Amino acid sequence: MTQEKPPAISFHDLTLGYDRHPAVHHITGEVARGDLLALVGPNGAGKSTLLKSIVGQLKPLAGSLSLDGLKRSDIAYLPQQVDIDRSFPITVFDAVAMGLWRDIGAWRGLDRGLSLTVLEALHTLGLQDLGERSVGALSGGQFQRVLFARLLLQDAAIILLDEPFRAVDTKTVEDLLRLIGRWHSEGRTVIAALHDVDQVRVHFPNTLLIAREVVAWGPTKQVLTAKHLAKARQLTEAWDEHAEICERGEAAGERMSA
Amino acid sequence: MIHALIDPFVEFAFMRRALVGCFALSLGAPPVGVFLVLRRLSLMGDAMSHAILPGAAIGFLVAGLSVPAMSLGGFIAGIAVVLLAGLVTRSTILREDASLAAFYLVSLALGVLIVSVKGSSIDLLHVLFGTVLALDDTALILIAAIATLTMATLAIIYRPLVLECFDPSFLTSVSRLSSPTHFLFLVLVVMNLVGGFQALGTLMVVGIMLLPAITARFWAQDISNMIIVAVAAAFAASFIGLLLSYYLNLPTGPAIILASGAGYLVSVLIGVQGGLLWQLMPRKHLEA
Repeated sequence: MTQEKPPAISFHDLTLGYDRHPAVHHITGEVARGDLLALVGPNGAGKSTLLKSIVGQLKPLAGSLSLDGLKRSDIAYLPQQVDIDRSFPITVFDAVAMGLWRDIGAWRGLDRGLSLTVLEALHTLGLQDLGERSVGALSGGQFQRVLFARLLLQDAAIILLDEPFRAVDTKTVEDLLRLIGRWHSEGRTVIAALHDVDQVRVHFPNTLLIAREVVAWGPTKQVLTAKHLAKARQLTEAWDEHAEICERGEAAGERMSA
Repeated sequence: MIHALIDPFVEFAFMRRALVGCFALSLGAPPVGVFLVLRRLSLMGDAMSHAILPGAAIGFLVAGLSVPAMSLGGFIAGIAVVLLAGLVTRSTILREDASLAAFYLVSLALGVLIVSVKGSSIDLLHVLFGTVLALDDTALILIAAIATLTMATLAIIYRPLVLECFDPSFLTSVSRLSSPTHFLFLVLVVMNLVGGFQALGTLMVVGIMLLPAITARFWAQDISNMIIVAVAAAFAASFIGLLLSYYLNLPTGPAIILASGAGYLVSVLIGVQGGLLWQLMPRKHLEA
């Protein structure tokens, strides 16, 4: 049944990079609607780059990407390096409530119903007693829960998570994984960049293994094999300052003899 | 005692006008300052105050000591610097602070040049230090109008502005208001500096914008309370500064800013949000 659903995101020979240097090469493929996809690869493989391009923060160097019938506002994105000012004087409740932006925009107030929705989100993430606390007073794990509560309220069709479990305690990771499972069962498309292969094996049905290009893509069991992982490691080569202009076309799958 | 506090204002019209002008200024500038502080742009206020100088100087050359001409000139110069700096930041590798610094330094030099070639040094002093005790009707109306406009605008852009300070990338991901909000906010900064320089001069006006705002950080835990505390602190500084200048025969602008500075120092010591005194006397921690 999953196979017949229209794709949520499709990549057409997509190449992404910075200053003409590609970070990710020639990706073609589709993310099915409702997929729970782990994005795995070594450091510098282009995981964050790919997620950034899906939210539209990075224009493709070549190729294209389409969101089938969905708008950018249907995507909720949790970047790896949140440039959040943790010393900012704002309460946990207010920070989480911002997830309702689509409902309240810049000017509308929180009515009783929406306030209850916020409280419910706080409760789901175990933050019910911290609502009036200022965000500066939270631990790393608690703060990540705040960000997830906000994601929850965004009620997005596509949810992109970039290394969401970095520097987070195991109890929090368990709770957050449970929430991700719930999103999956609600039919949302979730893509998470992760580095813990064991965690992916347990919790994510599908995996995209990249190392500056697609190494393998499909059911997790078939993707995360020793052979594929070794290939991924080998492919993640250094940034070449004097790289030649890439002539590789859509058809060519073999490596260039640089 | 009460008489000593009130009599100068009862007796002299210029003192009343000065007080009204400073109060109006205190309603608009400190809230803007609160957001400058929270965005870690405290020093930008300083830069911008220098940037408006050549505009004010050109206004002065064209129309003499005319409030509207100098204000309009200052406003145009300030906005020009903001826009140019923004443009350079967006299209080159320079960060906003560096490009802003470049433009305001050029602007300041230009301003000093214009004033000293064409005007006397007394005029220069006037522009640099203001004349809070000689505010005419036009100046008062201008300051009051700017305060009103500032509060209305802040109310409208409050939520996106808070989000732009707290988590700018989230704001970009949920709406397109990020750039308009940022720009409107910079317009408010320039507008309030222009409104204030009649009274306090281009150098001192930053003081009434930032010192109360920085002081407020020691007393309040959320932004709306910070704004209230900042406005109250600015009111108090204006009142005390005017009285000091009256009784001790001190220049008024610096007296007001120093009164505000004294408030800041006291807050550093005894402010309930992280004041030094409270850190020296640790209280027992709570259950949870």
